Amino acid sequence: MTAVGLPGVSTRRSSLDLVLRARELGIVLALALLVAVTAISNPRFLSAQSIRDILLGTAILAVLAVGQAVVVITRNIDLSVGSVLGLSAFTVGTLLRDNPGLPVVVALLAGAAVGGACGTVNGVLVRYGNVPALVVTLGTLYVVRGITYFWAGGQQINADELPSGFLDFGNATLLGVPFLVLIAVVVLVVTGLVLRNYRAGRELYAMGSSPQAAELAGIPVGRRTVLAFLVSGALAGLAGVLFAARFGTIDAAAGTGYELNVVAAVVVGGVAVFGGSGSVWGAALGALLLTTIGSALAVLEINQFWQQAIVGGLILLAIGADRLVAARVAATLKKRGSHVS
Amino acid sequence: MSAETAAVTDHPTGLAGRFANWNVAIIAVTVLVIAVAAATVDNFGTSQNFGFLVLDLLPIALVALPMTLVIVTGEIDLSVASTLGLCSAVMGSLWNANQPIETIIPVCLLLGAVLGAVNGFFVTVLGLPSLAVTIGTLALYRGLAFVVLGDGAVADFPALYTNWVTGTIGGTPLPNVLIVIVALAVVFGVILHATPIGRAVFAVGASEQAARFAGVRPGRLKFWLYVVSGLVAGLAGVLWTLRYSSARADNGAGLELAVVAAVLLGGVSIFGGKGALPGVIAGVVLLASLQNALRLSDVSNEALNVVTGVLLIASVLAPNLANAVRGAVQRRRHRTDLL
Repeated sequence: MTAVGLPGVSTRRSSLDLVLRARELGIVLALALLVAVTAISNPRFLSAQSIRDILLGTAILAVLAVGQAVVVITRNIDLSVGSVLGLSAFTVGTLLRDNPGLPVVVALLAGAAVGGACGTVNGVLVRYGNVPALVVTLGTLYVVRGITYFWAGGQQINADELPSGFLDFGNATLLGVPFLVLIAVVVLVVTGLVLRNYRAGRELYAMGSSPQAAELAGIPVGRRTVLAFLVSGALAGLAGVLFAARFGTIDAAAGTGYELNVVAAVVVGGVAVFGGSGSVWGAALGALLLTTIGSALAVLEINQFWQQAIVGGLILLAIGADRLVAARVAATLKKRGSHVS
Repeated sequence: MSAETAAVTDHPTGLAGRFANWNVAIIAVTVLVIAVAAATVDNFGTSQNFGFLVLDLLPIALVALPMTLVIVTGEIDLSVASTLGLCSAVMGSLWNANQPIETIIPVCLLLGAVLGAVNGFFVTVLGLPSLAVTIGTLALYRGLAFVVLGDGAVADFPALYTNWVTGTIGGTPLPNVLIVIVALAVVFGVILHATPIGRAVFAVGASEQAARFAGVRPGRLKFWLYVVSGLVAGLAGVLWTLRYSSARADNGAGLELAVVAAVLLGGVSIFGGKGALPGVIAGVVLLASLQNALRLSDVSNEALNVVTGVLLIASVLAPNLANAVRGAVQRRRHRTDLL
C-alpha cells in the first residue's frame, strides 16, 4: 500500500513507509492496550472460550471489511453489504434445509455466487448507469433486504433444520483455530496479495487516487469498478454463509445494520473514504479492534450501551489521525519535490 | 467517481433543462400516485388517513429541509436520526428528573444545534470528509442516547403538548404540526431560492473554489448548515417524542436513509450544486404516500423497501439514461447531416 500514488520516490521511501505504516501500528497499539487492561482487570478475558468468540466475530466482520476496503479504495462505497449478507445466509439456509446432503463447499460457493450477483448489479449501475455508489448501494440496501423479507415472510430457519455437517463446520477447528477464522485469513491474505502485487490490484488504487488519470492511463475503469463491487458482494455472500454456520438460526433480518460496523472497521483501519489508499490488513485490524471492544466492555462490566458511542468516537479519532498523517506526508513530499527540481 | 466525468461532459444548459424537467416530473408522479391511491385503495382518501399521512411524514419532511441544503453544498449529514434519538433520550431523562417541559424543549433544541456544530467543526475546521464524520457521529450520538436513557422508555409527557402535536387545526382534518412543516418549508425554500445565502449554497456545491473567489466563505456556510441541520433534527426529536408520548434512545433509528432517499428522489444531486426544494417536498410526499397506500393495501413493510430502493435508483438512473439516448440520437443525426 505504501507507494500508492507516489511514483518516483520508490528509492527513498523508508521514512515515508514508517509514517504510513504508523496508521496500522496505531491500531495494533490500541488493541494491545485494550487487551492488556482488560486482561489485568479480569483474567477471564483471555480464556479460550472468550478468545474464540472474539475470533469468530472478527472472522465474519473481517471478510465483510476486506470486501468493503476493495470498494472504498476505488473511491466508491458499498452500503448494501448487510442486506447481501442476509440474502445469502437465507438462501444457503434454505438450500441446506432442502438438500441436507450438500457439501459445505457448495454452500460456500452458493453464498458467494448470490453475493457476487448482487455486487455485479451494484457495479454495473455505478459504472454504466453513471449513478454514484452511495445512491446505488443505498437503494440496493433496501431492495435486497426487501427481497429477503418477501421471500422469507415471517419464517426462520432453525439450527435443527440444518444438516449437522454444516453446523459442525461452524464449530470445527484445525489445530485449535476455528474453520471460519481460517477462511477469513485465506480471504485476507489472497485479497491483500492481489491488491499489493498484481496489476489488477494496483489499478484499483490508481482509480481511487485519480479516476480521470486512471482512465487516461488506459486502465479499464469500467471493468475494474464492476470487479471491485463483485468482490465486495461475493465476500458479503461468503460472510452470510459463515454467519449461518456460526449462529445456525437465520431469519430475514440477519445482518441488519452491519453496513455501519463494516464501514467503521474500514475507516478505523485507515482506509481513506476518498479512495486511493489503505490496505485490507488495516481493515481486518479494524474489524478485530471493534469486535474486541465489544467483548472487553462486557468483561469489564461497562454498560454495553457505551459500545456504539466508543465506535463512533474511534471513527472520528481515526479519520482525524489520518488527516494528520496525510498532512505530514504531503509536507515530506513537498520537501523532496523541491530537492529534485 | 464516474458521475464526476459525466458532470464535466454534460452541457450546462442540458443540466438546467434536466433539473427543471425533473422537478415537474417528480411532482407529476406524486400527484398521480395520490390520485391512483385515492381511487383504488380503500380508506386512502379519508380525512383521518390524511392526518396520519402528515404525522408519518413529519420527521422525514422536517429533516429533509436542511439536508437538502447540506447536500446541495456537496456534503452529507448521516447523523440526523441519531441526533433525533439523543435529543429524545435527553428529553426523557430530564422529564424523569422532574424538569418543567418549558425548560426541556429549548434545552433539547439547543442540544441539537450543538450536536450539529460538532459535525460542522469536524467537516469545516478540520476539513474531514463529511461522509466519514457523520457516520462516526451517527454511531456516537446513538450510543450516547443509550448511555443517557438505556433501553427503557419515558412516557407521560404533559397532555397539553402531546395533544397539540396529534391534534388538528380547528374542525379541519389538518394536523397542527402541518403548520410547523409548512412554515419551515417556506423559510427554507425562500432561503435556498431567493436569498444570497441560497445562491452561495448552490455556488459552493458547484465549485467551492469558484465560490471562494466570488466572496463566499464555504467553511462558515457549511458550519452553520450543520448547526441548522442539528437544530431541526432536535426539533424533530421533540415532536417525535410528543407524538408517541414516548422518549426512547432508539427513536428514529434508520431515518437517515429514508431522508437521504427522499432528498435524492426529489432531484438533488449527491455531488452538490443542483436541486430544488419543491422537488424534495414532492419526494417526501411521494415516499410517504406510497408507504401509506401500500400499507393500507396490506402490502408488507418489507415489500415497501423494494419499492423505495428501486425508486431511489431509478430517480437517478432515469435522467442519465434519457441523456444517453438523447446524445446517441443527436450523434446519429449529426452523422447523417454530414453524409
